[in-house]
Amino acid sequence: MSVGALQAMNLVLRRELCLSFRRPDQLLQPLVFFLIVTTLFPLGLSPELSLLRQMAPGVLWVAALLASLLSMDGLFKGDADDGTLEQLALSGQSLGAIVIAKTLAHWLVSGAALVIMSPLVAMALGIPVTAFPTMILSLALGTLTLSWLGAIGAGLTVGLRRGSVLLSLIVLPLAMPLLIFGANATDRAIVGDSPEGAVYFLAALCVLTSSLAPLAATAALRITLE
Amino acid sequence: MWTWFYRLASPPYVYRVASAFTPWLLLTAAVAIAYGLIDGLAFAPRDYQQGDAFRIVYVHAPAAWLSLFAYTTMAVAGAIGLIWRIKMAHALSAAAAPIGASFTILALVTGSLWGKPMWGTYWAWDPRLTAELILLFLYFGVMSLRAAFEDPARGDRAAALLAIVGVVNVPIIHFSVQWWNSLHQGATVAKFGKPAMDASMLWPLLAMLLGFMLFFGAVLCIRLRGEVLNRERQASWVRQAIKA
Amino acid sequence: MGGYARYVWPCISLAIVVLIWNLWSARRYHALALKRAERSILMAGSKPS
Repeated sequence: MSVGALQAMNLVLRRELCLSFRRPDQLLQPLVFFLIVTTLFPLGLSPELSLLRQMAPGVLWVAALLASLLSMDGLFKGDADDGTLEQLALSGQSLGAIVIAKTLAHWLVSGAALVIMSPLVAMALGIPVTAFPTMILSLALGTLTLSWLGAIGAGLTVGLRRGSVLLSLIVLPLAMPLLIFGANATDRAIVGDSPEGAVYFLAALCVLTSSLAPLAATAALRITLE
Repeated sequence: MWTWFYRLASPPYVYRVASAFTPWLLLTAAVAIAYGLIDGLAFAPRDYQQGDAFRIVYVHAPAAWLSLFAYTTMAVAGAIGLIWRIKMAHALSAAAAPIGASFTILALVTGSLWGKPMWGTYWAWDPRLTAELILLFLYFGVMSLRAAFEDPARGDRAAALLAIVGVVNVPIIHFSVQWWNSLHQGATVAKFGKPAMDASMLWPLLAMLLGFMLFFGAVLCIRLRGEVLNRERQASWVRQAIKA
Repeated sequence: MGGYARYVWPCISLAIVVLIWNLWSARRYHALALKRAERSILMAGSKPS
């Protein structure tokens, strides 16, 4: 019984989601981390809402970045440790399709969850409700882009000792433009300016990464699995 | 006709050629840099806007240019190594990395020291400066990644992939002054049409650029020899080459 | 240097330092590689074949 690439993707996606939900504590950890990090800024800097509002986009995005990175390490690690990854690579299915499915599954449980939680955090940081649509859209695009960048980093560092630190070192510089435009978009929405330009740029980054990153991540996996 | 290309993949050939080129590259680099510095610092006329502070360009611009050139070299060599599986290409890529990183630091620091009198600040989160800083992080990432692998061949390939992914930053740095409102001034030399700089100021700058490039070549050759030896320790040609 | 001396000279000196460091570091790298290669040849030579 031969399985097409799309079917394989579907199967891998469902498997990843199934495995993720089996360990709900691991699902919640990045979200809790997100909450905690956003709390650190008002505690460390100033609880004044008017001041917080100015920093809010940056704080939100840095927290989202760090929370995403935390869970990125596990993208390939679990499967690499027990040999499943090699089996998948040898299975004759397109490795690229498998990488895409895994990354999408990862985004669904981490990035998308962050986006859903963001209004809550935004209120705590004093972001006005009018800015929410822009914030949610930009975070959605941004976390997806981040998942792709993380997939490249994870592919390169799977199986390395202290790989998670190196993963962050690799992904963060690549994610900096994302941070700049994402925070900019939310910032403009808060102030009342049109965030269109920044959001279009984010969308462009997302499309670019979504099309090229799977290639890079698959190539990275092939290098580390050889 | 392609024999020279095949020879470039041969470790003993690369080792010999690198050793032969080094003294000449160093000599010509020294001459060019000496001329550039002396003419630029002592004889070039003072800029009517920036005064003597503009003389920093004689080290800042070559350093910045080289930081981009070295990264591109590293990425292209890495790509060649990945696609055609040529170990010597990976050796070149590995050799270029620390040199490029040092020039990036030089560009950032000299730029910062130039920024204080000109813009009133040691640093600004402006597109070109930020992207150059990201370039430095990319250099560190590539070097760390290569070092993290126990199998050096695998490390070479992973580092090459990362270098290729990061190369998108190079055109961003170059075109950032066109694409965004930047504090940093636009292209003076690297553009079409007449350069926007007077000849008496331009010649020392071109000399410094040339000198830095030649120097990069020389240091690259020296490091390359080390990289080749590290990768080819077991080979039989090494015995003869060492005695030479 | 028209009052800008404290900016210009540190830049020039840093540039010279970077150039010298590159040269020194590359030579050291090569020397270490040479030593390691010599040692591995010695060890291969003394190994019973």
